[in-house]
Amino acid sequence: MKKHWRIAALGAFGAAAFALTGAADALAQGEQFLPRLVYRTGAYAPNGVPFANGYSDYLNMLNERDGGINGVRLVQEECETGYDTARGVECYDRLKAKGATGAGLVDPLSTGITFALTEKAPGDKIPLITMGYGRSESQDGSVFAWNFPLLGTYWAAADIIMRHIADKEGGYAKLKGKKITLVFHDSPYGKEPIPLLEELAKRHGFTYAGLPVTHPGVEQKATWLQIRQNRPDYVLLWGWGVMNSTAIKEAAAVNYPRNKMIGVWWSGAEPDVLPGGDGAKGYLAAALHAIGDQFPVHRDVYKLVYDKAKGAGKKEEVGQVLYNRGLVNGFLATEAIRTAMARYGNKPLTGEQVRWGLEHLDITAARIKEAGFEGLVYPLKISCQDHMGSARARIQQWDGAKWSFVSDWIEADRKLIDPMVTAAAKKYAEEKKITPRDCSKEM
Amino acid sequence: MGFFFEVLFGGFLAGVLYALVALGFVLIFKASGVFNFAQGAMVLFAALSLVRLMEWMPIPLALLASVAIMIVFALAVERLVLRPLVNQEGIILFMATIGVSYFLDGFAQTVWGSEIYKLDIGLPNEPVMILESVFDGGVLVNTFDLAAAAIAGVLVLVLAIFFQKTRIGRALRAVADDHQAAQSVGIPLRDIWVIVWSTSGIVALVAGIVWGSALGVQFSIALVALKALPVLILGGFTSVPGAIIGGLIIGAGEKLAEVFIGPCFGGGIETWFGYVLALLFLLVRPQGLFGERIIERV
Repeated sequence: MKKHWRIAALGAFGAAAFALTGAADALAQGEQFLPRLVYRTGAYAPNGVPFANGYSDYLNMLNERDGGINGVRLVQEECETGYDTARGVECYDRLKAKGATGAGLVDPLSTGITFALTEKAPGDKIPLITMGYGRSESQDGSVFAWNFPLLGTYWAAADIIMRHIADKEGGYAKLKGKKITLVFHDSPYGKEPIPLLEELAKRHGFTYAGLPVTHPGVEQKATWLQIRQNRPDYVLLWGWGVMNSTAIKEAAAVNYPRNKMIGVWWSGAEPDVLPGGDGAKGYLAAALHAIGDQFPVHRDVYKLVYDKAKGAGKKEEVGQVLYNRGLVNGFLATEAIRTAMARYGNKPLTGEQVRWGLEHLDITAARIKEAGFEGLVYPLKISCQDHMGSARARIQQWDGAKWSFVSDWIEADRKLIDPMVTAAAKKYAEEKKITPRDCSKEM
Repeated sequence: MGFFFEVLFGGFLAGVLYALVALGFVLIFKASGVFNFAQGAMVLFAALSLVRLMEWMPIPLALLASVAIMIVFALAVERLVLRPLVNQEGIILFMATIGVSYFLDGFAQTVWGSEIYKLDIGLPNEPVMILESVFDGGVLVNTFDLAAAAIAGVLVLVLAIFFQKTRIGRALRAVADDHQAAQSVGIPLRDIWVIVWSTSGIVALVAGIVWGSALGVQFSIALVALKALPVLILGGFTSVPGAIIGGLIIGAGEKLAEVFIGPCFGGGIETWFGYVLALLFLLVRPQGLFGERIIERV
C-alpha cells in the first residue's frame, strides 16, 4: 500500500513538472529569451553581483515601461558560472536553445569563457557581446563575425591609460627611460594588454615589466616587495575581484604612491577600494562610463523596478560603478535587438538576426539622450569590420569616499591598435582556417 | 642584502598566516585521523558570521556569538556526519568533509551574503622600517604582519596549555594515540569529536579574523586553505609546532623563490613552489618535520 502511495506521489510530481515545463515553453513563444551568465557566488562574486543586478534591472525596467522591446517581452534566465570557464561553457550549452528562437545573444562576462565560446558561437550562430573585455583582436569583424567587444578592448584600455600617463608627464617623449610595471591576473584576461604595452615601450623608450599574480590574487607580498625594490614610475593594475583590493592594500603596505597606480576599468569599482580604507585614497582607474544614479534611466529603474520591489539587488547600490556597467551592457544588448527588429520585424529574434542588429548598431548622442543615458556613455557605431565601435574612457580617482573623474574622455590611438588587431586576427584566421569576410561587400 | 632580509621577513610573516589555517587541520587530524577538507570553508563561515554580527552588536558580543555558532556547527557535524560514519575508513570521512566544505561555502554565502565586508578590529596596519643602521634603506616590515604573528603565537601557547595541562587536552591526546584504548578507559569519543571540531572552529575564527582584516571578508579567504596544504606536508599532520615551523619555511621559501627565481620562469611561481618544496621534503622525511613516524609490525 505504502509502495503504491509513493508511486502515485512520484507520478503526480512528474505530471506537475511536465505541465510546468510545458507552460514555460508556451509562455516563451512570444518572448525574446536572453541567457544570463553571472557569478553571484565564489571568489569574484563581490564584482559579479552588482554587474548582474544592473543588467537584470535594465531588462526588467524595459518590460515594465515598454512591455519589452517594441512589445516583445524579454525573458532572462541566470546561470551561475562562478567565473569558471568550464561552468560558463556548460551554462551556455544549457541555455543556448531555450526560448522561442534560442538565445538571442550571450554576454560571457569572463575573458576565459569568451575564449572558449569564441570557438562555439559561429557554429551555434549566437553573437557574443564582450563589452570592455574578451579577445582584443576580436574587434576585427571580418574574422570574428560573432564577437562584439563593444566600447573597448584591453588594447584600447592599455593605450588609453598610457596616453593619460603621457599627458601627465608632458608627452610621450617624456616617457623615455621611465619604468612601467604591469601587475596582472595570471589568466587570459590579465595577459591581454601585454603585446600593446611591449609595442608602446618599443616606440617610446620606456621600460616595461610584468608581474603575474595567480588566482585569486590574495597573496601578493612578493609582487609588491619587487615593486618596492624596483620603484617603477607607474604601476598598471589588471586585476579582478579580491586581487584588486589586495593590490591596493599591499601598495599601501610598501608605501607605493596610490596616485601612481592606474587600474583597468575592471579594477576600478567600489569593492576594489572600500576594503583598503584610507590606504586606497588617490588610486586611479579607467572608466568606461559615468558613475552615480543621477541619470534619467536610473529614475525609471527606481520607479518601475525598485519601488515595485522587483529590484535584483539593494536600492542603495544602484549607480555604483559595476551596477552602471551592467546597466550599460543591458542597454547596448537591447539596442542591438531593437536595431535588428527594424529589419526582421517585432518578434523574438534568432541569434543570427541579433548579430545583424549588432553589426548595424549606431547609438548616436540623440538616441543615448532619448534612452536616458545622456552623459553616462559615449556614442558608438559598429560595422562589419569594426566590432568595437568606440574606444574611449576617462580616468577616475578614489578620494576615500567616492570616485571622481580626473580626465576628459581619452580616445585610444586607432592608428596604433588597428594594425595590431588586423595582424593578430589574420594569424587567428590562418590557425583556425577561417576565410575572412569581405566587409566591403556586406554593406 | 637588506632586500633579501625584507623578502625573508615578509615570507616568515606570510608563513605565520598560513600556519594559522594549518593549525585547524592539525587539531582535527590529531584527534580523529580525519583530514578536514572543510577547514577553509570554516574560516570563511566563521569570519562572515563575525563581520555580519558586528553590524548589529559590539565586537566582544559578536565574537562570543561567532564562537557559539562554531560550536553549534561542530555539534551538527558530529551528529549528522561523523556519527553515522563512525568506524568507516579515513578516506570515507575525508570525502564527507569535502561535502561539508561545499555545503558550508554555499550556506555561508546564502546566509551572510557574498559581498566583500570590511573587518576592522583595530589591528595596526602601518609599514615601519627596521634595521636602518644595519642595511642601507633599512628593512620594511608591516605592523599588521607583526600583530598577526603575535596572535598566532598566543594561539599556539593557549593550544599547548590546553593539550598539555588540562584534563580534556589529555583526553584528546589519548584519543589521538589510540581510539579504542581511549574508549576502553571511559573517554567518550563523541564528546571528544565535538570538542576538537569546536576548537578547530575557534582556530578558524582566529584565522578568519586575521585573513579577513588583511583581505576583507569574502569568499577568497576559503581558498587560503590551499596555502596550508604544503605547510601540513612539511610540518606533519599531527604536530602543532610543525604547523608553525612548516608555515615559516613555506612562507619564506615561496617568497624568496618568487622574487629571486620567479623572473626566470616569467613569475607567478609561488603558488606551486610551496608544493614543490613540500614534496622534496617528503622524499627525505615522509612523516613531515615533526610528524609521528608510523611503525607497523607484521
